[in-house]
Amino acid sequence: MATLDQAQLPPPTVPQPQRRARRSAPEGNRPEWGPGRWVTYVLLVVGAIVFIAPMVWLISASFQGLGEIFSQPPRWIPKHPTTTGYRQFLNLGHLTNAQRGQGTGDWRWFANSAFVAFSVTFLQTFFNAMCAYVFAKRDFPGRNAIFMLFLATMMVPGQVTLIPNYIITKHIPLFGGNDILGMGGHGWLDSYWGLIMPGTVSAFGIFLLRQYMQSIPDELLDAARVDGANEFRIFARIVLPLCMPALAATAIFTFQAAWEDFLWPLIIISSPDRYTAPLGLALFVVKNETSWNLLFAGSVMSTLPMVVIFAVFQRKFIQGIALTGIK
Amino acid sequence: MATATAPATSRPQQPRKRLDVRKTLFRMRREWSAYLFLAPGVIVFSVFTVAALVFAVYLTFHEWNILQPQKPFIGLQNYRDMLHDEHYRRSIINTLYFTGGSVPLTMLGGLVVALLLNQPIRFRGLFRTMYYLPVVTPFVVAAILWKWLYNSSYGLFDYYLLKAHLIDQPLLWLADKDLAMPSVILMSVWSGVGFSMVVYLAGLQSIPGELYEAAKVDGAGAFNRLRYITVPMLRPTTLFLLVVGIIGSFQIFTQVFIMTNGGPAERTTTMVFFIYEAAFKFYDMGYASTLAFGLFALLFLVTLLQLRLYRKGE
Repeated sequence: MATLDQAQLPPPTVPQPQRRARRSAPEGNRPEWGPGRWVTYVLLVVGAIVFIAPMVWLISASFQGLGEIFSQPPRWIPKHPTTTGYRQFLNLGHLTNAQRGQGTGDWRWFANSAFVAFSVTFLQTFFNAMCAYVFAKRDFPGRNAIFMLFLATMMVPGQVTLIPNYIITKHIPLFGGNDILGMGGHGWLDSYWGLIMPGTVSAFGIFLLRQYMQSIPDELLDAARVDGANEFRIFARIVLPLCMPALAATAIFTFQAAWEDFLWPLIIISSPDRYTAPLGLALFVVKNETSWNLLFAGSVMSTLPMVVIFAVFQRKFIQGIALTGIK
Repeated sequence: MATATAPATSRPQQPRKRLDVRKTLFRMRREWSAYLFLAPGVIVFSVFTVAALVFAVYLTFHEWNILQPQKPFIGLQNYRDMLHDEHYRRSIINTLYFTGGSVPLTMLGGLVVALLLNQPIRFRGLFRTMYYLPVVTPFVVAAILWKWLYNSSYGLFDYYLLKAHLIDQPLLWLADKDLAMPSVILMSVWSGVGFSMVVYLAGLQSIPGELYEAAKVDGAGAFNRLRYITVPMLRPTTLFLLVVGIIGSFQIFTQVFIMTNGGPAERTTTMVFFIYEAAFKFYDMGYASTLAFGLFALLFLVTLLQLRLYRKGE
């Protein structure tokens, strides 16, 4: 059996700190078709249909005209498929005056979301990894105190810092018309800086990565030091590559959270051309409550990147949940 | 080179009674690069977490309206107001209602799907993906979609329920005082089951198969195996989902903002929505900060209680 084979293999030289998520069904059992099995399948299929139906409707409706969306009975397959909803929501291509009057979205919302989410993910992964490395593998005065401070804040819900952060963001010195004391202008409010910077460090992410990095053998790092590698080289050439699975898993979640983030952009962004996709979409609902064809198209486009990421990194997703959730 | 010297383990482990300043300074100089590594993270953290927390405490003792130039110190007045605020109490009840409904249902749904999927069946990956899809859907999108589904004139729910003769009149769902919160709960369960399913699946796969084989040999039926092996072995998973689920559901905001805007008659005004209104509709930053600490205190208590219960049960 597979488990026995693995037990006889020599242990790998560099221990992989993480087990791979098992892909196949529990070994030794092949699918069989008893009566109990049929019940399982029926339950699963019915449940899956219920879960997936709203999404199917969303995709179908996003290709329907406004009249067709409102038709009874609901049409699951569009009779006159159209991409007007998409074009109007992106504000691209030729639009009639009536369509413009219905209100339009902006393709820049998606560009903003992508830019912000990528920046947050890149910076946060990098900053987190650097902090985690010194917490896990270096011994220096103040290490424990700083680490405890990080840990202590993990319990605090984001709403507590939300309000002060709004004021802090407004008073960042020398930005947005502020003087050196942070007065006079609007600071990082209504800017990409404000959207990105507060999200570039995460105590939880540092904690996870630190746990992971502790399993890297000290001998490996010491050997590199003896060979004359400096600390930055060790970090870039040894620590980061060994942590790839953990980095990838946390990066995916960071990206997802940054793409979805709603409350923070809602608070600090006021110019429509700086909206992120969720913000633009949500405020579009408030403003143009009846333009469902546009809303559905915008919804599909906001979901698509998440689905693509999930499809590409499905294994990493599951690993990440196992990593962040339970050991 | 300083960095190429002794490894971490060879340093004295014993904490000194007297702080040797010179030695500490020497170590700080030798480990200078560690501080460089920390710098970006610690700077951002100091500004947006540490300073923000200190400032949040400061705000609670002041009447801080963003439009007023005067921000007077008012002592504990904000805290007194919070304790006597009927609307805040209402929002706590609504939040507890939401949590009590959505967390157990999400976990139970996830467990059932995970148990079904943990059998040797075909298309596991496909099923898993289908149940997980709502989780990757942004909350804003899910809320918009469900707002449509709940619509009483042309929403899909009313159409099919009427057609199946389960109801005679279209239900008002989000506009109905008593149905609004259950509607929000249902939508949240839909978008959360996939997550607990994946976590439960990971938990199920870490249960050693020998346990089941031993139980089979002893003649335990499927139900008893579930009752005496699966459920107890999943305790850590269940606790994790419970803690994370409660923390998440106490912070519900997006769905409420889009689907109901707190209505009807404040029936879906949750704590975070109430805090948001206090801060960014009435610009009362001091009071809103106080309310946020109220949320924190409540969350802290609930989490502590759960851990206590968990330890007692062991």
